[in-house]
Amino acid sequence: MAKKILNVIESAYRATLEEQDDTIVWLTHAMKGAGADLGVLLRGNAVNYAVKGQDASGLSFGERKQTQPPRLDEDLGKLLPKGVKVMLVQEDVSERGIETSQLIGGVELVARASLPKLFGGYDMVWHW
Amino acid sequence: MADKKTLTFAIMDPPYENPRTTTVLRLVDLAVKRGYDVNVFAYEGAVNVPFAKQTPHANAVHGRDVEQEDHPNPKDWVAALYKEAEKRGSKIDWVQCGLCVDERGAGEFIAGPRRGSPADFVKFAEESDNTLVIPTK
Repeated sequence: MAKKILNVIESAYRATLEEQDDTIVWLTHAMKGAGADLGVLLRGNAVNYAVKGQDASGLSFGERKQTQPPRLDEDLGKLLPKGVKVMLVQEDVSERGIETSQLIGGVELVARASLPKLFGGYDMVWHW
Repeated sequence: MADKKTLTFAIMDPPYENPRTTTVLRLVDLAVKRGYDVNVFAYEGAVNVPFAKQTPHANAVHGRDVEQEDHPNPKDWVAALYKEAEKRGSKIDWVQCGLCVDERGAGEFIAGPRRGSPADFVKFAEESDNTLVIPTK
């Protein structure tokens, strides 16, 4: 049985325009495709990835236009039907003034105080 | 143009690492579009921004082939800035810190940037209307 791994994503919007995605959300998709048993916990500024309707389009340099801007909320949402649980630190969401109605469906909010118990349910916890 | 102004940017971050790379290129784009001449001193990891061997790739996770993905390589953004400058009658002088290039084996960069040294940065700063340093954090 595959080991249970939790990807804790904290570095947010790191080169997302150049990569056209978030590197760790992308890595989670790729590792899931390779058979890993994964969960994702967004903390800090990365909780904003779950806000619906982000629009990073319009980037251009001279006449070179970006045609595939990152769609971070959609990429995150696509993890759910693959069986990847996506969680957000509740306090990090509320401290940023994000309403739960603004979040994509299917994500779970977890309180900071419950993180040790959450981590205990995984074989490995990777903090990105 | 007698009153043409020149801005200098010093950058340090390598490509594909953080938003500062995109931000500085956006600033250069705007400066060129507004008629400024622009100097860039690429220091440390930033010498890899115009590295010629950057290659676009398909992205299976996105479900797109290489053409659909249209993956941006910063070297192409730099090339587009040079084209834009030419079109607007502005000049970009992009200097690659030579020792930084050597350390990284990054000598193959696209046409436009040139090899130089901190002495070029001194000259840029002395002769520019203003200089903005965007360092690595």
